[in-house]
Amino acid sequence: MMLKLAPIIVVAMIMGPILAGLGGTLLPAFGYLPAIGRNELSFDAWRELWSTPGIGRSVWLSLSTGLLATILSLLCAMGCVATLSHMPGFRRIERALAPLLATPHAALAIGFAFLVAPSGWIARAISPELTGWTRPPALVTLRDPEGISLVLGLMLKETPFLMIMMVSALNQIRYREHMAVALSLGYNRPKAWLVAVFPPLYRQIRLPIYAVLSFSLSVVDVALVLGPGAPAPLAVLVARWFSDYDLALYPRAAAAALLQFVLTIGMIALWRLAEIVTEKMALTWATSGNRPSIAGITLSAACGASLVLAAGSFFSIVGLGLWSVAGDWRFPDAWPDFVTWDVWSRQGSDVLGHAVTTLTVGLAATGLSIAASLAVLESESRFGRRSSSWLSTLLYTPLIVPQIAFVFGLQVLLVWLGIDGLLLTVTYVHALFVLPYLHLAVSDAYHSLDPRFARAARSLGAGPWRVFWRIKVPLLLRPILIASAVGFGVSVAQYLPTLFAGSGRIATLTTEAVTLASGSDRRVLGVYGALQTALPILAYLAALIVPAILFRHRRGLA
Amino acid sequence: MINRRGLLMGVFALPLTRANAVERETRPFDRILTAARGQSVYWNAWGGDERTNTFIAWVGQEVSRQFGVTINHVRLRDTAEAVTRVVAEKQAGRIAGGSVDLIWINGPNFLAMKNQGLLYGPFVETLPNWRFVDVVGKPSNVIDFTIPVEGLAAPWRLAQVVFIYDSARTPLASLPKSASGMLTWARANPGRLAHPNVRDFLGATFLKQALVELTPDRNALAQPAHDMNFDPLTAPLWSWYRNLRPHLWRNGKDFPETGPAALQLLNDGEIDLSLSFNPAEAVVSSAAGRLPASARVYVMDAGTIGNTSFVAIPANAANREGAMVVANFLMGPVAQARAQDPKNLGSFSVLDVDRLPMPDRKRFDDLSADPALPTNQQLGKPLPEPHPSWMTRITASWEQLIVE
Repeated sequence: MMLKLAPIIVVAMIMGPILAGLGGTLLPAFGYLPAIGRNELSFDAWRELWSTPGIGRSVWLSLSTGLLATILSLLCAMGCVATLSHMPGFRRIERALAPLLATPHAALAIGFAFLVAPSGWIARAISPELTGWTRPPALVTLRDPEGISLVLGLMLKETPFLMIMMVSALNQIRYREHMAVALSLGYNRPKAWLVAVFPPLYRQIRLPIYAVLSFSLSVVDVALVLGPGAPAPLAVLVARWFSDYDLALYPRAAAAALLQFVLTIGMIALWRLAEIVTEKMALTWATSGNRPSIAGITLSAACGASLVLAAGSFFSIVGLGLWSVAGDWRFPDAWPDFVTWDVWSRQGSDVLGHAVTTLTVGLAATGLSIAASLAVLESESRFGRRSSSWLSTLLYTPLIVPQIAFVFGLQVLLVWLGIDGLLLTVTYVHALFVLPYLHLAVSDAYHSLDPRFARAARSLGAGPWRVFWRIKVPLLLRPILIASAVGFGVSVAQYLPTLFAGSGRIATLTTEAVTLASGSDRRVLGVYGALQTALPILAYLAALIVPAILFRHRRGLA
Repeated sequence: MINRRGLLMGVFALPLTRANAVERETRPFDRILTAARGQSVYWNAWGGDERTNTFIAWVGQEVSRQFGVTINHVRLRDTAEAVTRVVAEKQAGRIAGGSVDLIWINGPNFLAMKNQGLLYGPFVETLPNWRFVDVVGKPSNVIDFTIPVEGLAAPWRLAQVVFIYDSARTPLASLPKSASGMLTWARANPGRLAHPNVRDFLGATFLKQALVELTPDRNALAQPAHDMNFDPLTAPLWSWYRNLRPHLWRNGKDFPETGPAALQLLNDGEIDLSLSFNPAEAVVSSAAGRLPASARVYVMDAGTIGNTSFVAIPANAANREGAMVVANFLMGPVAQARAQDPKNLGSFSVLDVDRLPMPDRKRFDDLSADPALPTNQQLGKPLPEPHPSWMTRITASWEQLIVE
């Protein structure tokens, strides 16, 4: 009975906090905040918002950077998959990308900042020999007013995410057959891919794309590190106003959070519209034969760009590690003068405490999410509901609704219930975000499981639970563990939810790193960033090793 | 309204009382000590400075060993975050068992909490180490930004603005010693001066420092700023700043977020001149490898602003006894000498060292003199902070100015 209701229970547990949080944002935005003597419907908060100096620029920045990051990430991912997917060994790219996927945004952003700053590693590597710079150039390569470094920083993470989504979607659309048909019709390879593979592929990854769009439009932590400060993108303003002691700013913050919500949903709607228009226009193009086109060049260029991005990510992470052990390292030296464990030993006990908190919350949130995800899938398979039903679509709500729009309202609710600042609360709120990502990966594997295994077991007399534990779980163990590693990475990366649900009492590696990023010693930041990266990667390695050990006598499963 | 209130489940229904709830601490200190044992104090303190974080960690070890009090350092990006949290708790009706036990605070944040009756106390006079605090020679220990502290916050470190440079790159003689000199210097050395973002306290202090020099009536700054006096008294500041800004680092279009971030730029050679609130900054940072050994500090000819850092206890703190034990420990000679040691913080003591008993006085005598450490004579007597409302308004005006 419980299992039958599982999808409803899980969806209620997700939607409850989100709706309550949105409500807690909506009411003050329209003047209901008795704490400061406002309890009449009013648009004062909106008037205050519009009269904020530079607000138009902030909104524009959010929209332009968010949209650009999404389009470019999608293009790069497409380029890579189109150019490389016919190569032998491409399937293994999933393994190579997963650790990157697990690296928290904030850590990548910090590492990227170390790389591209005027005094960053790149400038150091080529100075003074190539450039003649003996002191950092007066170039604006970081936190530029247009937000270009923010876009690049977002792409470092979104491109591999979309790629991995495309790679796993390829399995479901028989792309080799599509490709073969298109090639036999005489299309060249890039056009064949765009005409025959991309449309069905796109339908499979629509949700992840909306998630990327929503995230990029409303990101706070990456924008704090890489985005412009004067004026800052809208989401940063919201976070700043919500943390101000001046209560009179709350309605304005709530209005801005609501605006962020409306903008995000609006952009997703606009994106959907663009999909329809593109589909219509592309039809003419697709049937227009095989003229020399820029499609091939664009795809190869995008593929090249994503390789550069991959290198950027790699050196960002390596740079974090190197700074954490650097002795004196002054511009323009390409390498530190010496290497020392000094900072690690000085930070040791502090960092360890935060790492333990991060690990505890991450493991618990992941465990909770696996249980919920499997319960939903098993319920759907046993009681015959379609997995594409609107109910399970609601599972993905946390990927679409911007965090900043509801975490503050949620905090007020948690404080009122007296459960803010507890490890358990933070775990629960993390699970809201871990579950959708995890479910995305697990349900794929679950649905591609050959139903004949279960049928065979049932015909041998096994009950449904026995089939679940003895057949499905072992067969799915590998994908479940890999999805868990990704889910764990999602938990490690959470900034706003930890900050708000934790009432500042629960400090994880990510909240500490973002706090320190505003101006602390690069070596200390390096320690936090390196650990932030190391934990999810270790989780990922464990996901590969555990089945190999467990199933060492069952080659096909290991 | 009933329905909507019901929908909100009463979350916002409790109005904020603005009256001062005076709750004087009268217990003898040994009873506070007993009650404190086993408590876990959530100390909310700006976490942007690594040396301070290390110092707080050391305080944690000591009070845990000596008094059985544990410190959890909640690292803030901005002290306002902790004030918000206390406000939110009060809104939600949590009048006891709050999540913030101790806040590193001064200036506008202190004024806001004091005015809204969010602070516990007065408690400071009952702490044994209070008797060594210098309340005459260091007036900022009892008057914070012109606001009488009235025992609601315990002083623990002194701060004074110093300008910081690398003597190996730029000789002292070439550097500006006044606000107008700074404008000339910046024109000749474009992009080589950076002040932190004015939303950061040190960035705001950069403007206040110039204001104190440039304003036609310095004494008026001790009164609250209002619509009538703000424009006339700050007009020279803004005209100076408009001229200066294009010659700042990145043409004044971006600013390092904090003081330590600006020092990083100095260390990287991106700039030649910045400022700090710690007269021992050069010594401390070069010892930690964050600045070259040739880094030095100096002050303006007309002097520089100084103030005191305090710790205060929110009225709803869950562990106020533990918090008082920590506050007392911070004011004690052991912690003060450690803080003054340039190997740690290098921040000058709030105590009247001459009044200390001999063995304690010796702790301060032993601190090594360093060529990069300015003498009291070089620093001069610190200038008083303007009323906090000036800082709030200056920050708001600056935000307006930079997006124009």
